[in-house]
Amino acid sequence: MESILKDHSRESRLFAKRAILAGVLVLAAMLMVTARLVQLQIGNYTHLSTLSRDNQVKLEPLPPTRGLIYDAAGVLLADNRPSLSLEITLEEVEDLDTTIDELGALIDIGDKDLKHFARMRKLRHRFEEIPIRTDLNPEEVARFAVNRHRFPGVAVRARLLRAYPLGEHTAHVLSYVGRINEQELKRIDALNYAGTNYIGKGGVEKAHEDLLHGTVGHRQVEVNAKGHVLGVLKRHQPQSGKSLELYLDIRLQQDAYAALGDRRGAVVAIDPRTGGVLALVSRPSFDPNLFVDGIDAADYRALRRSPDKPLFNRAIRGQYSPGSTIKPFISLGGLETGTIRATDAKWCPGYYRLPGHTHKYRCWNRGGHGTTALEKAIVQSCDVYFYKLAQGMGIDRLHDFLAGFGFGKRTGIDVTGERRGLLPSKTWKRRAYNQPWFPGETLIVGIGQGPFLTTPLQLAVATATLAARGRFIRPRIVRATKAQGPEAKHEFPAQIRQLPLSSRYLDKVIESMVKVVRSNRGTAKRIRTNAYSIAGKTGTVQVFSVKQKERYRESEVAEHMRDHALFVAFAPVEDPRIAVAVIVENGGHGGAVAAPVARRVMDSYLLRTPPPAAAGEAAGGH
Amino acid sequence: MLKWGTNTFSTSVDSVPRAVRVGLLGRVHLDLPLLIALLLLCAYGLLVLFSATGQDPHKLHQQLIRLGIAFAVMVVTAQIPPWKLRRWSLPLFGIGLTMLLGVLALGEIGKGAQRWLDLGVVRFQPSELLKVAVPMTLAWYLAERPLPPSGSRTLWAVILTAVPVLLIARQPDLGTALLVAGTGIVVLFLAGLRWQPIALLGASAVALAPLLWYFMHPYQQQRVLTFLNPESDPLGTGYHIIQAKIAIGSGGIYGKGWLNGTQSRLEFLPERSTDFVFAILGEEFGLIGILAMLAIYLFIIVRGLYIATQAQDTYGRLLAGGLTMTFFIYLFVNTGMTTGLLPVVGIPLPLVSYGGTSLVTILAGFGILMSIHTHRKLLLP
Repeated sequence: MESILKDHSRESRLFAKRAILAGVLVLAAMLMVTARLVQLQIGNYTHLSTLSRDNQVKLEPLPPTRGLIYDAAGVLLADNRPSLSLEITLEEVEDLDTTIDELGALIDIGDKDLKHFARMRKLRHRFEEIPIRTDLNPEEVARFAVNRHRFPGVAVRARLLRAYPLGEHTAHVLSYVGRINEQELKRIDALNYAGTNYIGKGGVEKAHEDLLHGTVGHRQVEVNAKGHVLGVLKRHQPQSGKSLELYLDIRLQQDAYAALGDRRGAVVAIDPRTGGVLALVSRPSFDPNLFVDGIDAADYRALRRSPDKPLFNRAIRGQYSPGSTIKPFISLGGLETGTIRATDAKWCPGYYRLPGHTHKYRCWNRGGHGTTALEKAIVQSCDVYFYKLAQGMGIDRLHDFLAGFGFGKRTGIDVTGERRGLLPSKTWKRRAYNQPWFPGETLIVGIGQGPFLTTPLQLAVATATLAARGRFIRPRIVRATKAQGPEAKHEFPAQIRQLPLSSRYLDKVIESMVKVVRSNRGTAKRIRTNAYSIAGKTGTVQVFSVKQKERYRESEVAEHMRDHALFVAFAPVEDPRIAVAVIVENGGHGGAVAAPVARRVMDSYLLRTPPPAAAGEAAGGH
Repeated sequence: MLKWGTNTFSTSVDSVPRAVRVGLLGRVHLDLPLLIALLLLCAYGLLVLFSATGQDPHKLHQQLIRLGIAFAVMVVTAQIPPWKLRRWSLPLFGIGLTMLLGVLALGEIGKGAQRWLDLGVVRFQPSELLKVAVPMTLAWYLAERPLPPSGSRTLWAVILTAVPVLLIARQPDLGTALLVAGTGIVVLFLAGLRWQPIALLGASAVALAPLLWYFMHPYQQQRVLTFLNPESDPLGTGYHIIQAKIAIGSGGIYGKGWLNGTQSRLEFLPERSTDFVFAILGEEFGLIGILAMLAIYLFIIVRGLYIATQAQDTYGRLLAGGLTMTFFIYLFVNTGMTTGLLPVVGIPLPLVSYGGTSLVTILAGFGILMSIHTHRKLLLP
């Protein structure tokens, strides 16, 4: 007890010593803070209060210039257009209505401008200028300049507005930029976007936003109480966004758009050697320039309500059954899995019945194709042959083989908004409907119908993979960033996957596809040419299902219920430089409608004088 | 090795069961001088906060509710006798550490940092618990053996502190990590750690700085770099420092007057109601207003240290001293950061800044101090 108490008092004394030391430390720290406060509030008072009261130091972000976008031949597709606009800072205007009235007497301000102004007013940040008139001409600028003193808080400002010189031709590829909305605000780096008003809303503009935007700069300025800049203290230059060079060939893009005529549809063309997307067309299209500074409500409503859905990007978001265009791929699958041999013949009486069932799965040719081997089955697109092939292969092997060509998943193209299509499987059926797989469904998948869905882009990629003899390259729109000052050009590397395909089988399938065009009985014989060799496959997809005992007559069916016309092809066969997928919605027969579109596209690319230079260079590099 | 022994003093000092305190607060365990000072500080703080929030009655109301809850926690804590607190020290530490690991494992991501544990109804920040649990555990551990602590005890105490500190720093919450580390160091210092190991600890801290640097997130590294050269980043953290300096300096001796601060009104000063509220105080109340508030703080700290020296066992002394000094570290880091003496670390001005998370822990700490002081027994000489 005694020793404990002794220890206790010793510890108590030790602690007291340390506590006093701690107290001294506290006092010293407080004195330090006080000294600092005296220095700031007495020593620097004059300087700092001047800064605070009269000349506020303000930081102004200097937004970077957005990168430009060029096509493969160097044609400018997305530009920054200088525009003079009349802008109002609400905080500095005393009576807004009077100001606008008086401005209106000086400069023409329309209803559209006023509506736009009202909408922008709701979106703005504090002290942000809102344009009341854009694209002033020099005369208007001069008129305002003379009267400027009458309008405090109103100023003419030069802005760079995004412009798409080729309008509707690039809308579905590049999309457009627009004002940053609430959701985007949460996602972006607020510091880097200080001073930036626009952001990529889709397509290449969104997929490559990081590269295109650049890095913000800033300047430290002294401003007086009214917000006028007195002087620039410091300046840190922004770093402008990278300009992009595309694989896209705008000439081809325009020709493909024209080739579709006034029908709804999509064309995707890919260079099988690089995976570069040469054309990505969805028709109808729209003018992206309307969206840049906020689209007028009426214009937008018109676009939204049009039955032709011009805003819908069919090339990457449209999901269609591939129909008979899938047959070359299934043939290859049959050969690779040993389900069929090229020489084996099957009998086509015009229909097929599953053993033990009465339902007739019809061939498009009611009379039947008779004895049919692989080549004939592809050339004449015999459905019965493929019913039997699919049944032999089974849905699991069918699914796995087709998945290798990229069906049923996103291709990973650098254009946002791509859909994944649907490659049916037992697992999918179980998950989506909680139902087992029925054998009849395998037959339907075998001719590319039923729940099987692909996007035109997926079809083009698969065709390019076939053309490249199993070399699957992730499709890309952007080839490189352009060299800028000291920075060298940066090429994006290709992502390649080689499918294990036997050369013999590939030759057989491609040879049959050549005969689809070249043979007198081929379904695409009307696009035959001597200028170059084409391997292709037609497809005609039912939109409207015909009852068992009825026949489909094109003339009797409403336009939007007619068959979709499809065609996939690549050329020249010996050294493929272009692979194309075409879909014409409700176009009718693939060979009659879609194939000629593909032919025009291939002509435009392969027969052009001089030959497409940029693509040739790219090929040399690979 | 760590030896878990039993405390030998506890029974001996309980031998005379008569309370020291009489009078008005005789039945409720509260320390009147401390309570008055705390209330005064909070009232002053609310005044500043009202201006800092842009005279937002809703925010003021919220802060009042938080203060009410925090004071209630303090009163309740003060009623718990220290021997119970001592017994809870290690379990509390274990719970805190487990939750910290839980946060790291499945924590909800807020502000890019994982600090919160969502318990369904409430979101809880485990690092707050450790602000109290670490000094409690160290006090309990060090009080088991006669002071000053031996070499191995010191080492274990350092480890007991370092584990939660590194976990918190990883969240990343550098501010809280530094506070908890500071708490551990303070308890060891008060425990009479000899100068030689202190020098050793200091040297190893310097040596470990690169490791800490590795644990920091890029934005934290940026803050340290900015502190060393504020002009290098005038748009980011450097902007805070520059604007806070202007706000305080332009307040002068007498200040611009309540609700008259221009820096705050023009929104030049970021985070003015939370971490940078001290700058508003400086701008509107001037040097005099700041010194008045610092005086209240100083009184609270001195009172806390006094309570520590009057405590009857080592556990009480170390805990009271540790908690008081933690409060001081809060104050010093925040004022130092706002005036540009220290790098910008996200630590609020204790009991004044808007926000409730730290309020509860700070006032719970003062509850413990009051408990230690008011549960004393008369000792026979």
